[in-house]
Amino acid sequence: MMTPLHIGFIPLVDAAALIVAVDKGFTAAEGLDVTLVREVSWSNVRDKLNIGHLDAAHLLAPVAIASGLGLGHVKVPIAAPFNLGINGNAITVSKALHAAITSEIDGDRFDPMATARALAQVVAKRAKSGAEPLTFAMTFPFSTHNYQLRFWMAAGGVDPDEDVRLVVLPPPYMVDSLASGHVDAFCVGAPWNSIAVDRGVGHILHFASDILARAAEKVLAVRQVWSERNPEILASLVRAVSRAADYVEQPQNRAEVARMLAEPDRVGVDADTIRRTLDGLLKISPDGEVRESSRYLLVGRENTARPDPVQAAWLYAQMVRWGQASISPDALRTAMGVFRADLYDAALKRRGGAAAPPASLGAFDGREFDPADITGYLASFEIGRRTP
Amino acid sequence: MSAESPKIVIVDESPIRAAILEEGLREAGYTGVVHISEMQSLLARIYALDPDVILIDLENPSRDILEQMFQVSRAVRRPVAMFVDQSDAASIQASVDAGVSAYIVDGLKKERVKPILDLCISRFNAFAKLQDELDRTKSALEERKVIDRAKGILMKLKGLTEEEAYVLMRSTAMREKKKIGEIAQSILTASELLK
Repeated sequence: MMTPLHIGFIPLVDAAALIVAVDKGFTAAEGLDVTLVREVSWSNVRDKLNIGHLDAAHLLAPVAIASGLGLGHVKVPIAAPFNLGINGNAITVSKALHAAITSEIDGDRFDPMATARALAQVVAKRAKSGAEPLTFAMTFPFSTHNYQLRFWMAAGGVDPDEDVRLVVLPPPYMVDSLASGHVDAFCVGAPWNSIAVDRGVGHILHFASDILARAAEKVLAVRQVWSERNPEILASLVRAVSRAADYVEQPQNRAEVARMLAEPDRVGVDADTIRRTLDGLLKISPDGEVRESSRYLLVGRENTARPDPVQAAWLYAQMVRWGQASISPDALRTAMGVFRADLYDAALKRRGGAAAPPASLGAFDGREFDPADITGYLASFEIGRRTP
Repeated sequence: MSAESPKIVIVDESPIRAAILEEGLREAGYTGVVHISEMQSLLARIYALDPDVILIDLENPSRDILEQMFQVSRAVRRPVAMFVDQSDAASIQASVDAGVSAYIVDGLKKERVKPILDLCISRFNAFAKLQDELDRTKSALEERKVIDRAKGILMKLKGLTEEEAYVLMRSTAMREKKKIGEIAQSILTASELLK
């Protein structure tokens, strides 16, 4: 008897492990009859998960944490036993903004500190000439995209709430909005950055992995009560997704994986664009320049599928820094408790210790992050909305 | 907030559904109803209208844009999502099933929101039913066209009468446990290939 499950996802390349688990038959091999439900907004995914229309979901890591904390919404504790994707975002800027940053830059163009300082110059000049502030788009208030953009520009002295406009925009609208000039830049996951470059309307300025070497991006999320009621089913699901992640990471399988994701009811963009993302081989400029990074998107390799509570703590610290959450030891504990390495280990009968990834997030500003001292960490930043 | 009729904004890219909903709301005495169909600068337009209730269809990606309203620290009235108040789980389930979500400005009394949401749910369901009927009629028409063309091919290739061609397709469909439309489609595909 197969167990029927409904699992929601947003059409993005970092849903690869989930999509492959189902379409390659790994979930069926675990006795799960999974129906993948393609959704159009993170709000839908969150709400349908909350009321039980979905059993599990491909979810923004910060949404899982915000849901557990009851930020902006009803409090529904979430358990995240598997990282579906680490990194995978990029910052794309319009041709005009790219030219402006290039003319101001002092240093290496792939160094986020150099680009952030150049951005600060551009922003200051625009303010002086009375031009409209630049508009940056990201995908959701509780998203890595939001925090990565803020972390980057604030390091160069740009206040994301005062000096620019930071707006939410659904990923499918990003490229058109850049082309029409409604936004000057955006931070989004694959494939949308590549599509902007292919259409000749933008340059990929940074891979998110330039900003943080390792950032939890999307998690497999279930309600905590569901995980308690269905431990065996959850373990089966984690095993299937883990097997799929391994499959995705094998270079000889990439062509097949790209084809699977390209299907119209999955990610629904052409296989070549998806392939480039999986390979970390991205065209970054309309003139055809290609940049390679082995860290662009990690689907489980280097043991990154195992949830790391330090990552959750860093995301919570961003919520505090930008005024979305207040600081408290309880909230920190709750946030860290969303990332369930124990459920991962139980499902895969693995001990995380030996192969555990380095604790460091590898932030470009060089600051070390210690979950035990978030107050001290946040006090070291000049720009922030932290409520005292 | 007006004591008589709350200001309602409908965010929906389907003009027909929005019109059905708008009409329903007006009939029920809600006079301040505005429909936004253009998603460009959505938030700015909503702020300008300053509504008490925002209704948005769940298939609209712009729903995530509305989530930003919770973040704004400026002096605007803060809306809350219908999902925040889970005291009425049944109506939340019903609204998700119908495919609509409501954002309500904090302070608007629940008993004033309920009839708006109920009306919205019933109109969304009515629209879905209409759409479904339309789709079924359309596909039935399509199928008839396909069967007619397949009949023509059989008549020509095998020298059958119209009646005989139809009987042949029907018996094949029964033998293969398929719909006659599927058999007809196979004939069309095969004849394309063999051209």
